[in-house]
Amino acid sequence: MRVQLFATCLVDTFYPQTGEAMVKLLRHFGVDARTPRGQTCCGKPADSGGYVRESREAARHFLSVFGANGDPIVTPSGSCASMVKNHYPHLFKNDPGLRQKAEDVGSRIFELTQFLVHVCKAHETGFKGKGRITYHASCQLIRELLVREEPVMLLRSMQGVEFVPMPDAERCCGFGGIFMGKQPEISMAMADEKLDSILRTGADTVTGCDHGCLMNIADAVKRRGADVRVTHIAAVLAEGLP
Amino acid sequence: MTPTVAPIDFRSNAAAAVQDSLLRAALRNATDTFAAKRAQAAACVPLEELREAASGIRSEVLGNLSSYLDRFIERASRAGAQVHRAADSAAARETIFSILKQHRVDKVVKAKSMVSEEIHLNDYLIANGIRVVETDLGEYIIQLASEQPSHIIVPAIHKDRRQVGRLFAEKLSCEYSEDPAQLTKVAQQTLRREFLSAAAGISGANFAVAESGSVVLFTNEGNGRMCTTLPRLHIVVLSIEKIIPSLADLPTFIRLLPRSATGQAITSYLSVITGPRKLGDRTGAEELHIVFVDNGRSSIVAGEYRDMLKCIRCGACLNACPVYRTVGGHVYGATYPGPMGIILSVLLEGMAKAHPLLDATTLCGACGEVCPVKVPLPDLLRRLRERRVEEGFTPAIERAGIAAFGRAASLGGLFTLGRSMARVLWPLMEKLIDPQTLGRLPKPAERSFQRRVR
Repeated sequence: MRVQLFATCLVDTFYPQTGEAMVKLLRHFGVDARTPRGQTCCGKPADSGGYVRESREAARHFLSVFGANGDPIVTPSGSCASMVKNHYPHLFKNDPGLRQKAEDVGSRIFELTQFLVHVCKAHETGFKGKGRITYHASCQLIRELLVREEPVMLLRSMQGVEFVPMPDAERCCGFGGIFMGKQPEISMAMADEKLDSILRTGADTVTGCDHGCLMNIADAVKRRGADVRVTHIAAVLAEGLP
Repeated sequence: MTPTVAPIDFRSNAAAAVQDSLLRAALRNATDTFAAKRAQAAACVPLEELREAASGIRSEVLGNLSSYLDRFIERASRAGAQVHRAADSAAARETIFSILKQHRVDKVVKAKSMVSEEIHLNDYLIANGIRVVETDLGEYIIQLASEQPSHIIVPAIHKDRRQVGRLFAEKLSCEYSEDPAQLTKVAQQTLRREFLSAAAGISGANFAVAESGSVVLFTNEGNGRMCTTLPRLHIVVLSIEKIIPSLADLPTFIRLLPRSATGQAITSYLSVITGPRKLGDRTGAEELHIVFVDNGRSSIVAGEYRDMLKCIRCGACLNACPVYRTVGGHVYGATYPGPMGIILSVLLEGMAKAHPLLDATTLCGACGEVCPVKVPLPDLLRRLRERRVEEGFTPAIERAGIAAFGRAASLGGLFTLGRSMARVLWPLMEKLIDPQTLGRLPKPAERSFQRRVR
């Protein structure tokens, strides 16, 4: 099976190792993951800021890059997947052609854990690992894509890992895209509270499906000097491949 | 030329609130308790069916608001109530004051009403020589402290019992106590005297029933019933969208409103008031006035933000909001805080004043999940952010940055180049981006993912 990999701008720029982990994971399951050239950003930062024109520019580009063939698209971000699936059609509501294309492309995009569970049956693989892991459920992943169980199924399936649910795992960490920049005081206070929840689990690793949140949480960890590893679920799983 | 209005300084207000550890502990405790109770209470009913039904009823009313209002006015008048319509806050204040003046009222007891806050009723009445006594315990605390409510159903949510104890000791010359039962008793004793000597009671209403001309109040402390039955004059002030078609629709809201608000299966008191006291009635005001406040709602109902008026003021979105939980209600600088408050404030008070509130959300969507009448809160927040950009209320540097982002994102080569150059561009970014935020971002990788896989 062949898929198109949408790395996202955050992974491409800041966290290339997550992209590599994703390629390794997908290969393990016999998936031919290709990274279309010219891919940029889904446009989410502009969209959540209310900048329709710029979101449309990014979306049009995304649709031309990923609409070139009919392969499924896999991305390591609930927020970017939801942007394409749920917000693109709204952006092009007055342009029937692009709206149709947006709906077509949107129907083929998967967040990574969604793809791993539903297509690869990766939760039946027997990943290996160690230590205590807790998980932060990111907002668009759970509330817009409705992906609640998949990441937890994968983490629980890991042999040698103790999965500890986080209290208030579904409470926003305070990232919120441009919110982080526009309301740094609240954003940091929210991230600090998220870190309190993480520390309460006694976990040595916190993971999640969105680098935006993980970046914000990692900053709280750094500011406090806490001893917790913050890492994307793609990396956790890739390290544990049998 | 539109007059310049100072925008609410949400960020500064919030930055101060974040540092207030007492406030934050009080908010955490209260919102956690309400959210947990709500979840528990919601699990005992077919929540989704009820939400769907309630949403449908509210939409039906808003789609035909003026005819429902006419019907209400006709039925309520037939039941003996005097109904007034006020186009704006000033007209509402005038109407209420003139009724009071006509009856030579020098003191009113008030049950909780957010719309009375919206029209700034108390200040006006007090300035005109009328004593106003808030009788809801939370509102009473706020009035003693000369503050504004910071939550639409728990007005003193930002105070802990020690602060209330000190306030009572100072203002009521009683002995300091931090025992809620004792404090409640003190308030009860003081307020009872007020109830017995007030010539008029003012209350809000949770619903107005078009078919029967009744107003419906959900209360917990008994003060609401005292305000509406003890004084000989009762004035109800409510906004025009509070209508429901018939009493048959009420059970849906009885099951949803208390559960969403406080996690109760039902409130301690549920009053359905149809007209003033009639011959043979044992309680009730002798004269009942109902004042409908429009304040821009007629135009909201006709526009694309109509769904906001489905709101039944339960406060569930405040309790679910992680931003509200962190900073409380005062920082919004408006009558209504939290997610519903951001939207209502922009719609009622205008973009020029309220646009900074649109930053008071991470768009996490938690509010939309708990809304009992399915107001699409996250969607409305997003649409108002779009309108804010259209109307030019975002900072120039942000607009320029996003414009550059849009161009770069639509040109694969340039964007890739930009990113791989980020280390070179970093010093420039340090000049453009708030240093506090920049310091929280990681450094770009040496080689981007796309270069690695090439």
